[in-house]
Amino acid sequence: MDFSLTDEQNKLRQEVRDFLDQKLKSGAFQITSNGWIESFSQDFSREMSRKGWIGMTWPKEFGGQEGTYLDRAILMEEMLRYQAPIGYHFLSDRQVGPAIIHFGSKDQKETILPKIINAEVSFALGFSEPDAGSDLVSVRTSATEEGDHYIINGQKVWTTGAHRADYIWTLVRTDPNAAKKHKGLSEFIIDLKSPGVTVRPIINMAGVHSFNEVFFDNVKVPKENMVGEKNRGFYQIMAQMDYERAGLERLMQNYPLFEYLVEYVKKEKRNGEPMCKDPKVRNTLAQLEIEYQIGRLFCYQVAWTLTQGRLPNYEAALCKAYCTQFEKRLSDAATRILGLYGQLMPGSKWAPFQGDAASSYLWSVSYTLQGGTVEVLKNIIAMRGLGLPLG
Amino acid sequence: MDFGLNEEQEILKKTAHNFLTKECPTSFVKETIKDEKGYSPELWQKMAELGWMGLIFPEQYGGMEGSFLDLAILLEEMGNVCLPGPFFSTVILGGLPILKGGSDKQKEDFLPSIVEGKSIITLAITEPCAKYTPNGIEVRATKSDKGYILEGTKLFVPDAHIANHIIVVARTTEGTGADGITLFIVDSKTTGISCSPLLTIAGDKQFEVVFDKVSVSKDNILGAIDNGWSVIEAIWPKVIVAKCAEMVGGAQKSLEMTVNYAKERKQFGRPIGALQAVQHYCADMVSDVDACRYITYMAAWTISKELPAIKEASMAKAWCSDAFKRVTANGQQVHGAIGFTEEHDLHLYYKNAKSWELLFGDRDVHCEIVAEQMGL
Repeated sequence: MDFSLTDEQNKLRQEVRDFLDQKLKSGAFQITSNGWIESFSQDFSREMSRKGWIGMTWPKEFGGQEGTYLDRAILMEEMLRYQAPIGYHFLSDRQVGPAIIHFGSKDQKETILPKIINAEVSFALGFSEPDAGSDLVSVRTSATEEGDHYIINGQKVWTTGAHRADYIWTLVRTDPNAAKKHKGLSEFIIDLKSPGVTVRPIINMAGVHSFNEVFFDNVKVPKENMVGEKNRGFYQIMAQMDYERAGLERLMQNYPLFEYLVEYVKKEKRNGEPMCKDPKVRNTLAQLEIEYQIGRLFCYQVAWTLTQGRLPNYEAALCKAYCTQFEKRLSDAATRILGLYGQLMPGSKWAPFQGDAASSYLWSVSYTLQGGTVEVLKNIIAMRGLGLPLG
Repeated sequence: MDFGLNEEQEILKKTAHNFLTKECPTSFVKETIKDEKGYSPELWQKMAELGWMGLIFPEQYGGMEGSFLDLAILLEEMGNVCLPGPFFSTVILGGLPILKGGSDKQKEDFLPSIVEGKSIITLAITEPCAKYTPNGIEVRATKSDKGYILEGTKLFVPDAHIANHIIVVARTTEGTGADGITLFIVDSKTTGISCSPLLTIAGDKQFEVVFDKVSVSKDNILGAIDNGWSVIEAIWPKVIVAKCAEMVGGAQKSLEMTVNYAKERKQFGRPIGALQAVQHYCADMVSDVDACRYITYMAAWTISKELPAIKEASMAKAWCSDAFKRVTANGQQVHGAIGFTEEHDLHLYYKNAKSWELLFGDRDVHCEIVAEQMGL
């Protein structure tokens, strides 16, 4: 066992911090919760690209650095601590690129991977549909073969960033007659500027336009945009899930709030005493610190497992279930410690920390739902990890 | 980073697991905790032969000079089977202070006999005010012609009835702080010492130990006069993390028992483990157990590297105290009424979880230490 990082890993962390400190000073971004995904800056992503920080774990033949998953965890930990604006490339880097490396055609690898690595394209993920949420195999959006094209019809929903991205990575039905529903699905890359695509905003309860509905009305997609094997899309997605589930982004979406709180209670006074002398406040923050450190160990354990060349079993699902629940408790604790100030939203006069507590409290509802609800994840832990029978 | 065990540690873990599964079945545990002695001298000897009592002591005293991490692995296996007896008292509470603060002669006198399984030692620290802090030490050691006279009552002293020696934490100079506290290694047969058993929730043996004008010599002092607390402080993270390691083992076993039961027990015509309500209990349990393991082993590793570990140790104890309890409570809920019986084994773990939560400070106690360490 060894819970320390190597000199090289520490050097990487320092390099990332120096870079972010400098960017922060120059006003390139502000530290706010969810900034890592909501702040969308192709310029910033290009600078990341020049540093070799996109596609860090990818093979060199595709322009990657062949870094380890631990390296990427370190990079991401710092990006999230600062909430650097990495929304432009985040999903492509985490998910789309690795999926293409695993399942893509030679042509897809040659054309798309360099564009991702150079921050020239941005992807959104189109999985969920109105009638296919946790029950993803029920997607109905269809792809019908027609000459050298497929014709896509249907609707995706909860599509984060579809209004800003260039492409959408989708799971659609290619065989409506498959005996088993999950055996009729395929993955497609669709240009969001294609005729017939309509992106309609959904305003979330934090008042932010983050996700969208995406409609496909007879959208023509070239056959070569299918990724991997026809009707094997569901299996491909499942194989990718463990890579995406246990990232530190599930632990640190509102992390700046925690650091802010610790400083806040040292300075703020109640009844003439600093708040940090209040036993209840001390207990709450210490408990959060312990829970945060455990979440961090969960994330690093998965990164370590991947670095060993092994796939985590139930651990990725466990990590995400645990971490997102921590984020929820953090935002609730923050609003309570701030008291009446905890209700003040971004932009309000008197709002502490740009209204991050109230805003994060609202956002936190989505944390335990996105990318697999806590309940679905617990089913995975129980069935895959513990071998309990199918419910 | 490396979350795995090395080859030697894997062997230690496996050997300990196999040995304890064979030698310490729950039938033995149940008999032993009802027995007045609370341990089996035969098993004690076998453990000594395996080198366990000497695992972390230096070779010059007959030990194996293993790391604290090795010890944690062994303790996890002991907690896994609810091993009854004075291992924790002797090695952790007795041996570590002697190794830390003892003179060469004291180390020679005590450590080899601990290693050989000939000596049982315990630590008398807590008193009726039930605190692990310097202001909880009121037992007096007053200077006399021959040395010191010990006077007062120690409470919750583990295994005092079978201990050959008791390390007594006493006040040599008036006050409430750490200064003025001295440690004495006292022969348990010394005139004036009397022990009365307490009836504990987990059936482990704890005692009231009354010191009635107990005369001890200067040679019995462990460490420096008035500076005994520094020895306690130095070993305390190890004490706490050692207990956490046992909790990891207990939590792991509770989880396994529960999952197995959920697969076997049928209701509504199918195993109850197919019910999502039950599955989610089980998933919560794994999450708690894995968290206990990582946070405890991070602390054990930190100690092994001789890095400051106050925060790591308290994070582990705060978490394990709640989590082990939660795991056994969820286990009880999944087991239903059978878990509530003496016949079943789950109660052993449910009781240990409560007992070990309270020992050496619960979540609130350790959260306060973590808060301090965070600069609050």
